[in-house]
Amino acid sequence: MEFPGLINYWIVVVLMMTGFYIVIAHNNLVKKIVGLNIFQVSMFTFYITMAKVKGGTAPILAEGIAQYSNPLPHVLILTAIVVGVATTALGLALVVRIRDAYGTVEDDEIEAQENDR
Amino acid sequence: MTPENAVLLCIVVPFASALLVVVAGALPDLRETMTLISAGILFYLVAGIYPVVAAGGNPTVTPIEMLPGLGVTFTVEPLGMLFAGIASFLWFVTSIYSIGYMRGHHEQNQTRFYAYFAIAIGSAVGVAFSGNLLTLFIFYETLTLSTFPLVAHHGSEEAKRAGRVYLGLLLGTSIAFLLFAIIWTWVIAESLDFVAGGLLAGKIHGPMVGVLLALYAFGIGKAALMPFHRWLPAAMVAPTPVSALLHAVAVVKAGVFAVVKVVVYVFGVDSLAREASAGWLLYVAAFTIVVASVIALRSDNLKQRLAYSTVSQLSYVVIAVAILAPISVIGATLHIAAHAFAKITLFFAAGSILVASHKTLVSELDGIGRRMPWTMGAFFIGALSMVGLPPTAGFVSKWYILQGAFQADQMAAVAVIVLSTLLNAGYFLPIVYAAFFREERRSKPARKRSKTGVNDGAHPPLIEHGEAPPTVVASVVLTAAATVVFFLYPDIALGLARQVAGVSP
Amino acid sequence: MTAAQIPALQVVVALLAAPVCLILRRPRVAWLIALVATWASLVMALILLFSVLKVGPISYLLGDWEAPWGIEYRIDMVSAFLLVIVTTIGSLVIPYAQASVEAEVPAARVYLFYCMYLLNLAGLLGIVITGDVFNLFVFLEISSLSSYVLISLGKDRRALIAAYRYLVMGTIGATFYVIGVGLTYMMTGSLNMVDLATLMPAVIDTRTIHVALAFLTVGLSLKLALFPLHVWLPNAYTYAPSAVSAFIAATGTKVAVYALLRIVFTVFGEVDVLSFPGVQEVLLTLAAAAMIGASATAIYQENVKRVLAYSSLAQIGYMVVGIGMESATGLAGSIVHLFNHALMKGGLFMVLGCVFLRLGSVEIADMHGLAKRMPLTMAAFVAGGLSLIGVPLSVGFISKWYLVQGALEKGWWAAVAVILASSILAIVYIWRIVEVAYFRPRPEGAPAVSEAPASLLVPTWMMIGACYYFGIDATRTLDVAVGAAETLLGGLR
Repeated sequence: MEFPGLINYWIVVVLMMTGFYIVIAHNNLVKKIVGLNIFQVSMFTFYITMAKVKGGTAPILAEGIAQYSNPLPHVLILTAIVVGVATTALGLALVVRIRDAYGTVEDDEIEAQENDR
Repeated sequence: MTPENAVLLCIVVPFASALLVVVAGALPDLRETMTLISAGILFYLVAGIYPVVAAGGNPTVTPIEMLPGLGVTFTVEPLGMLFAGIASFLWFVTSIYSIGYMRGHHEQNQTRFYAYFAIAIGSAVGVAFSGNLLTLFIFYETLTLSTFPLVAHHGSEEAKRAGRVYLGLLLGTSIAFLLFAIIWTWVIAESLDFVAGGLLAGKIHGPMVGVLLALYAFGIGKAALMPFHRWLPAAMVAPTPVSALLHAVAVVKAGVFAVVKVVVYVFGVDSLAREASAGWLLYVAAFTIVVASVIALRSDNLKQRLAYSTVSQLSYVVIAVAILAPISVIGATLHIAAHAFAKITLFFAAGSILVASHKTLVSELDGIGRRMPWTMGAFFIGALSMVGLPPTAGFVSKWYILQGAFQADQMAAVAVIVLSTLLNAGYFLPIVYAAFFREERRSKPARKRSKTGVNDGAHPPLIEHGEAPPTVVASVVLTAAATVVFFLYPDIALGLARQVAGVSP
Repeated sequence: MTAAQIPALQVVVALLAAPVCLILRRPRVAWLIALVATWASLVMALILLFSVLKVGPISYLLGDWEAPWGIEYRIDMVSAFLLVIVTTIGSLVIPYAQASVEAEVPAARVYLFYCMYLLNLAGLLGIVITGDVFNLFVFLEISSLSSYVLISLGKDRRALIAAYRYLVMGTIGATFYVIGVGLTYMMTGSLNMVDLATLMPAVIDTRTIHVALAFLTVGLSLKLALFPLHVWLPNAYTYAPSAVSAFIAATGTKVAVYALLRIVFTVFGEVDVLSFPGVQEVLLTLAAAAMIGASATAIYQENVKRVLAYSSLAQIGYMVVGIGMESATGLAGSIVHLFNHALMKGGLFMVLGCVFLRLGSVEIADMHGLAKRMPLTMAAFVAGGLSLIGVPLSVGFISKWYLVQGALEKGWWAAVAVILASSILAIVYIWRIVEVAYFRPRPEGAPAVSEAPASLLVPTWMMIGACYYFGIDATRTLDVAVGAAETLLGGLR
């Protein structure tokens, strides 16, 4: 199909894989959370993209407009963003506590400390 | 009291007895009295059900429905009647024996012993009175679990190891094979009831029959078919009353009882006879008989010898049933009873010897007959029964088994039975001879002044000892007498056995 | 009027009780609030179960908005059963938690513990009760986030790492799930489960829906810890506080299995998803790998909580096998195992909490001869362990019976062998612990311990007792399970 029309979806895929890669490949716990965020953003982009109706405007009721974009995915994404924020906050809070307990936020150093026990 | 209520009470009494024993634990005399009274009550109840069954009745009761359409059902039929009768009578006798043995041997943890013993008997009665395969399986497993603390009673390293083998083999075979077979039967027949003529008759054909039979035969590990027999000799580390009642009577009999029940009431003797794939059972049983007898011959430890003798004798029952002729089924049923009395006599005697003289090896028993005439006399009778000579119970059952084998033209079975008779004679009669006709070994003076002062097994120091405590001797004489009585008055057992085989009296 | 609002109240009571705990701050008060909320939820769940058994599925429209535009709460037999399971476990764990949590969680944080517990409960109940796939995601994240916090409250610092890893993996799983929901929405335009069922056959052959199914399944498999996506579970169960392990082990994965059941049999109920090439084989292989691999691994663990964690992985394999069978018997076996395993594992983790309270450790090496000092506790362990092995008269036996029966009905001999083999492996890992506790002497210089307090022992024994009660008379649970299975499979007609 036409590539330009699908560019959003390609962006979704790129972001998803980037985020996923960061989570797996990086050692730093904060960076993993960043990766997780990027991963979640790809999901938001996906939903918003599918909400757009050809020729539709923003889904706010106004006189004289007949075609609106689908508001439901926007609602779902607001919910998902909130969930994402909560997850990030929790994740970072855990990282702070881990730093206090281990003195580091690098995954390999933590592993080493655990294996030396 | 209705027969149905009596049946339920028979199950409840032993378990209630266990509770009472635990409560009375601090007062040994009260505790022993509880056990004896419970055993007496159980025997009374069981005896009360007998007339109903002898007349052809089958009291049935289903107290609980466990799965939709499948309940815990108790049905008393002739085979179960016989088993329950033996188990309850011998519980009473063994309780008398245990009192003398446990006190004479200064055993620890006696309350635990008596409590688990009661639970084990209750489970055995549950197996005897089971009306469907589910109930059989439930009480079969309960029997395994309740006898484990008895096997591992001494808590030593050896007891632990033996306990592991015991539990591992019995639980393993029952879950891997027996449960498999039972659920398979449920799927095929949509029922698990024991039906005269066979639940699966007409519902299963061809090689599947052989496979299912194998799952049952090896799944019922308590029947000690080789190669799943190792738990029996391992269980000999238990105190002798445990070996006597449980591994000569309750546990092993539950095993062969289950095998007979499965062949007669689940497969059906006639339909199994028509299936070629079921023929292997005879050969496995034959193999077990011969190999176990040979191992017994070569065992110096008395209890080990008796254990392998039991393995061999159990396969007598299996081979008799595998011949799939009505007369041999009578023989199988009779042998369950005959072997029970004889083996318990032998184990009682072994325990008696242990308590009185601390001897465990056959080679040490020279001349002991003079010090312990009653014990060794009873041993002699038990040995005669094992060999199958009159006037003992073993003769009656062997007669029927051989007759059945001849009738069904199973010459291999006849050969095996004759061979093992000779082997039996070879490992039992020399003991009796040595006990009465050889001089007692006296240890040489030099040995007494040996460096370590420890006596080695081959030449035990001479202990002045007499007979075992009176309760012990009384029990062993009683069971020996029962063995002879069985020969003289076999009618009750014979009547029940005939009912099982579907032969009119 | 209140009776009609019970479906909403079921979730709302726990949800509102959480901030109340937060505001009131006092530990005992927080515990009391949690207790009342949980017990109230149990009563409501039982009312719902009995209503569903009598009347049939109950539908509740949130805010009176018509489905499929509004969110619908739909309670049929499966949901009702799960509601009862979750609330029952909670009702037994909370009385137990009072002493257990006080010992393991710093006093300043106890009220936060109960706040998080209530959110977790609300989330789990929400997942079970909702009839909207996106709403399920929301509740899934509520329950997951609160469970990350609960796990991180464990004494050992490794609890923090365990919670973090669980967070990362759980979020990925939830995100996969929501991508799957998005793809489905794209093709069908609906988020209501029942509505989706009617719309699905038209779009089932598109690649989008195939990918959606894949995302949904993988996402939920991460949550239910199906092999090989199970890596977060052993550490999370081991290092969490005892009451948390008991609650989460008994409810978290079960609810995820429920979500999978909903997706496979309700949303995709009109099309036979399991008949797609490869789906059944993959599912069964993974389940078998879980059953044997996890049971074998459990044998070599030195920490008893870890043994139980790996045992849970194996039990999850059982549940997935039942799903893979797609027959009334197999599915009923899975569903009843949700209940049975919740009782068994909840009970066993509660036993370990008793041990931890007195001993300060749950390493096998520290438990030598423990049975003499803590007879009631270890007796409960033996009883629970026998149930795991599948001894008759226990609930474990009932589940195994149905699963083996289901496998035999389909002629799957290998599945039967795997199920029975993992039972035998269970004998080994349970027996290892029992032998150490009963047959080894207490070492010199070991701390003198006494029996666990009644406030811990009573709920523990009630849980273990239930294992045997429902094992002896399984007709009630099985009637519900079989009815639930038939409801789920009925969608295929």
